[in-house]
Amino acid sequence: MAEPATDLTLDSAALLASEEHEVSIVGRSPWYLAWRRLRRNYLALASLGVFILIVVACALAPVYARHVAHTGPNAIHAQDKVRVGGKLRDVIGGGSYYDAKTNSFVVRAPSYLGPTWWRANGRFVLGTDNLGRDVAVRVLYGGRNSLLVGIGSALLCTFFALVLALLAGFYGGWPDWIVSRFFDLIWAFPVFLLAIAISTALAINGFHHFGINIEPGSLWIPTLVISYVLIPYIGRPVRGQILSLREKEFIQAAVGQGAGPLRIMFSDLLPNVASTILVFFTLIIATNILTEAGLSFLGAGVRLPNPSWGNLIASGQDQIQTAPWLSLIPGIAIVLTVLSLNIFGDGLRDALDPRAKVRIEH
Amino acid sequence: MTAFIIRRIIGMVAVLFAVSVLVYVVFILVPGGDPAERMAGKNPTPDNIQNIREKWGFDKPFYVQYVKMMQKAFNGLTPGQHSEYDILRSFDTRQNVVQEIKKGIPATFSLCIGAAVIWLFFGVLVGVISAVTAGRASDRLITTFALVGISMPVFWLGIVLRYFLAEKNQIFPDGGYVPLTSDPWQWLYHLILPWFCLAVLFIGFYGRVLRSNMLDAMNEDYVRTAKAKGVSARKVLRRHVLRNSLIPIVTLFGLDFAAVLGGGAILTETVFDLKGVGWYAAQSVGGLDLPPIMGVTLYGAFFIVLFSAIVDFIYAYLDPRVRPT
Repeated sequence: MAEPATDLTLDSAALLASEEHEVSIVGRSPWYLAWRRLRRNYLALASLGVFILIVVACALAPVYARHVAHTGPNAIHAQDKVRVGGKLRDVIGGGSYYDAKTNSFVVRAPSYLGPTWWRANGRFVLGTDNLGRDVAVRVLYGGRNSLLVGIGSALLCTFFALVLALLAGFYGGWPDWIVSRFFDLIWAFPVFLLAIAISTALAINGFHHFGINIEPGSLWIPTLVISYVLIPYIGRPVRGQILSLREKEFIQAAVGQGAGPLRIMFSDLLPNVASTILVFFTLIIATNILTEAGLSFLGAGVRLPNPSWGNLIASGQDQIQTAPWLSLIPGIAIVLTVLSLNIFGDGLRDALDPRAKVRIEH
Repeated sequence: MTAFIIRRIIGMVAVLFAVSVLVYVVFILVPGGDPAERMAGKNPTPDNIQNIREKWGFDKPFYVQYVKMMQKAFNGLTPGQHSEYDILRSFDTRQNVVQEIKKGIPATFSLCIGAAVIWLFFGVLVGVISAVTAGRASDRLITTFALVGISMPVFWLGIVLRYFLAEKNQIFPDGGYVPLTSDPWQWLYHLILPWFCLAVLFIGFYGRVLRSNMLDAMNEDYVRTAKAKGVSARKVLRRHVLRNSLIPIVTLFGLDFAAVLGGGAILTETVFDLKGVGWYAAQSVGGLDLPPIMGVTLYGAFFIVLFSAIVDFIYAYLDPRVRPT
C-alpha cells in the first residue's frame, strides 16, 4: 500500500474533502461545464436568441401573410390602393395618363410604395415590389426557403462528413485512402463554381437516377449540391481528429475488451468528436446560407417565383434606384442571420473547448 | 528535393485527371436525356444532332466520350477558325468557350491581383493590431468588424457599395472594366470599389485566423526564451511571433488567390459588370448553357491544383520542419 498522499484517487479525494471541509465533490459532465461557461457569455446567448427569433418568424410566414398582411407571397396588388396613415395611396404609382385639360399625355416614371412600417394596418410593412407584391411577406417566405436549404444542407453535410470521417479514421488503409482522395477531388475545385456547375446541370432535367426523382425546380437541388461541395470542410478536420484518437489508450482498451467496430465508433469515438461536430454544424449553417444566397443570386439556387433571400436581392437589383428597399432588406436579413450564427458558434467553441481551433476555412 | 517535386507534379496530374472526369460526369451524364440534342442548340436539324452524336462519340462507351470531350476542349486553345463540331461551343451563342474565357482573363487578373494586395495588407494589419491589443477596446472593435465582414454576402455588399457610392453619390464609376493598356488611370478608378468589395471577406477571415495564431504563438516556449535572453518586445513580435503565425496564412492565401483567379470572384464580377472569367460563367447560368460553366470550372480547378503545389514548395522553403529530405 502506498502512502496516502500519492494514493489520491477520485474516491479518496472525495472522502478527504468531506472529512476535512465537510463538502462533497459533485461529478459534473463536460457538457454541464460547457453550459456553465456559455451561460456567462451574454453576447453568444443573445445571438442564439436572434437566430431563433428569425427562424420562428420565417416559420410563421403563412400566419403573418394571412392574418397581418392579408395577402400571399405571389399575390399581385399592382392596381390596389392602400390607406397609409389616413391617406389613400397607390401601391404602384406613376404610369402614363391622358390629361383632358392640357389635351396631352402625361408620362410618369413608376413609383413603388415604400415601407409603410405599421401605418397601413400591417399591409406592405416593408413596401412593395415592381409587381405590387408585399415585400415583408416575400422576405419571410424567402427566409423560409433560405433557412430550409441552409439548415437542411448543414444537417446532410455534417452527417455525411461524420460518417466518412469515422470510416476513414477508424479503418485507415484503403478506406482512408478513398475518402481522402474524395476530399482532395472536391477541394481541387473552386467550390462555388462547382456548386453552380452541378446545380445548373441538374436544373436541365432534374435528377432521375438510382430511383431518386428530383424535379428541376425542387429545393432539394440547392440543398444537396451545397451539402456535397462542403463535405471536405468538415470531413477533413474531423478525420484528422479521429485518426489521432484512434491511437489513444482508451481505444486500444476497447479493442482489447473485444468491442466491435460499430461500438468503438459510436460509443468511444463519436462522443469525443461531438463537441467539434456541434461547433462545425453551427458555423456551417452560416456558410451554407451565404452559399445559397450566392447561388440564388446567380439563378442557380432557389428558382423564381419561389423566393429566397438571394434571388430577392437579385430581382431587386434592377429597381435599386427607385426602390432600394427591395435589395437592402433581404440582405440585412442574411447579415443578421449569418452574424448571429457566427457569434453563437464562436461562443460555443470557446465554451466547449477554449483551446480548440475549429473553424471553417471557407 | 527533386524526388519531392517529381512526386508532387505526378500528384497534380492525377488530381487534374480526376477533376476532368468529374467535369465529364456533370457535363454529360448528370443532366440525363440526350446530350446531342442539348448541344445542337435551339433549332436543330436531325442531321445536326446526328453529326454531333458521331463527332462527340455519344453512341460509344463513356471513355471514348471523355477523350473526345477533352480533345475538343484543347482544340479550342488554338485561335482561328474551327469546324462546327471540333471544339467546345456554347449552346446559346455557338462561340468557342476557350477563347471566350481567354478574353475574360485580363479583367479577372486585374480584379484579383489588386484585391489580393489589399486583403493581404489589411488582413495582416487587422490580425496584428487585434492580437497585440487583445482584450482591449480596439481589439473588440476590430474583431467585431471582422465578424461582420465575414457575415456579409459579397454580392450584397457590392450592390450596396455601388448604390451608395456610384449611383446615389457619383464618387466612383458605375461598374464596368477599362483595360489597363487603354487608360491606366480609368482602369484603377473603375477597380477601386470591386477590389475592396472582394477583399472585405478575406480581410475579416485572415484577421481572425492571424489573431488566434498569434495569441497561441505568444504562449510558446520560444517566445519566452527570446524575451528571457533580452530581445526587445518589438523584435520578438516581428521575428518570432509574426513569422511563425504567418505560415498558415501562406497556405490560405495560395488557395484563396487561386480560387479567385480561377473564376471564384464570380459574384463580384457580376455585380460590377467586370467582363471577366467568372462573369462569363454567370451569364450562362440563366440560359442553362453548360459548356461555359464547365470550361470555367476546369480552368478554375487548374489554378487551384497549380497553386496548391506552389504552396507546398513555398511551405517547404519557409518551414524547415516540413522540408522533405
